[in-house]
Amino acid sequence: MNRNLIGLTLLETVKGLEKRSFSLEDLNKAYQVRIAEIDKHSLLSNSKLLNCYITVNSDSNGIPAGIKDVFSTKGIETTAGSKILEGYIPVFNATVIEKLEEQGISVLGKANCDEFAMGSSGENSGYGPTHNPWNLDKVPGGSSSGSAAAVAADMCVFALGTDTGGSIRQPAAICGVVGLKPSYGRVSRYGVIPMASSLDCPGTITKTVEDARKVLEWISGPDGKDANCTKNSFARSLLTKLKNLHGLKVGVPREYFGKGLDIGVEKVVKGAIKQLEELGAKTVEIELPHTEYGIATYYVIMSSEASSNLARFDGIRYGHDRNLFGPEVKRRIMLGTYSLSSGYYDDYFQQAAKVRTLIKQDFEKAFEKCDVIVGPTSPTTAWNIGEKIDDPLAMYLSDAYTVPASLAGIPGLSVPCGFVEGLPVGLQILGKYMDEETVLNVGEAYENATNWRKEKPKL
Amino acid sequence: MPLSADEEMAYKDQLSKVLDYVSQLSQVDTSEVEACFNVSNNSDVLREDEIKDSLLQKDALTNVSKKKDSVPSDRQGFFAAKGVFEE
Repeated sequence: MNRNLIGLTLLETVKGLEKRSFSLEDLNKAYQVRIAEIDKHSLLSNSKLLNCYITVNSDSNGIPAGIKDVFSTKGIETTAGSKILEGYIPVFNATVIEKLEEQGISVLGKANCDEFAMGSSGENSGYGPTHNPWNLDKVPGGSSSGSAAAVAADMCVFALGTDTGGSIRQPAAICGVVGLKPSYGRVSRYGVIPMASSLDCPGTITKTVEDARKVLEWISGPDGKDANCTKNSFARSLLTKLKNLHGLKVGVPREYFGKGLDIGVEKVVKGAIKQLEELGAKTVEIELPHTEYGIATYYVIMSSEASSNLARFDGIRYGHDRNLFGPEVKRRIMLGTYSLSSGYYDDYFQQAAKVRTLIKQDFEKAFEKCDVIVGPTSPTTAWNIGEKIDDPLAMYLSDAYTVPASLAGIPGLSVPCGFVEGLPVGLQILGKYMDEETVLNVGEAYENATNWRKEKPKL
Repeated sequence: MPLSADEEMAYKDQLSKVLDYVSQLSQVDTSEVEACFNVSNNSDVLREDEIKDSLLQKDALTNVSKKKDSVPSDRQGFFAAKGVFEE
């Protein structure tokens, strides 16, 4: 019984509750048992340990969701994966938490993440790395590491993450679940511990594309507290439910299939694109010529904004001393303050902001020829824990396919599309600014035509 | 930000590598390009000037240290911080 409950999608869970097939109490108990079995180190057993959660909320009594630990949750410890915030208990909820609670969702646990959402592997958490449910020696991706691994391991019905340069899409891809980064400004950032304010996007990690659509309906829309979030809530258009993809033009950027892409991943993603053609889509080759500058542009802009945002952690009103920042946070503060300092501003920050315009224009031109753009989410599958930790640049390059869309502010979805040597691969679907609808329609049509989501890690 | 000697050594190499990498941005001709600092194109987003509930003083102070002589701490409803000026 418990086993069946935790395997359900969000929509199945809602339906089961409506039909009274089980109660919220049953549901929460099932997830608490699951977490106790596989998440944390226990002296009494040698069971497998994922370390997806920093804090588990034993009072959860709604539909249980895993919430990345950068979202402020009233009365529940919120650390952003940093020792500097250990013991910090917010006195208010992030807007998205308020919106979820109105829908009967409750915080099951605060999901582990790279410190202040800085990282691509989950290893930068002050509370130990999260492990990939498909292979415990591998990273789950990051920075929404615990959120993605918890969904993949059935340790929550769905999860919230944040995506600044790929932090939802990339871990979702390499944990084999669905990750949605909405358009910048679609979802309020109020109450989200900030990293890079012109890039941060709260979004969803779910078991299906349908679930992602539902959660986006719930969490999107203005709250009067985020000046960039002024557009209407996302609502499904009843007119455009697609059964197939006839008439849809899918752009394939040649820059996303070049050097650095793993051969196995390439094969799987090309197979997925073929499947989109079989569903009726027409593929067109497109160019995103400034892709090669994406990582450099992103790391200058992101670290500049992050260095400014992190100045608030002075340990006076809350939190601890700055010597508790981890290495990646320190690196980004140094890189950011350097890029912004007088004498370097024009060459670094200003120049990066100009290249950002070119990257954004690449997408605008490409979308004149196609409705969505598809390619790999991550150039490789999950790598070994420890493999890239001392080589920050190698780590940064693993975000090459997710960062450009972040700079342009457009929506992106990662959908499971196969495996290489037992490790999941994600298909990335990018759309026009504020056109989550088409992105989700394509993802859903693909998902319905394949069985990848039914594969589960053996835990 | 406090750094140990070992940290300085490690970061020197790592950051040099990263700076070398990002310096490729100088190859891009941006003479005719405007900078993009925000993609939402919103500006001057205002709201009615209404009085709204804000944090109570006691709530705002719940996350500072409760220990008597520690700094920072909550002293009679205020944040007490470390001294900045020499006496």
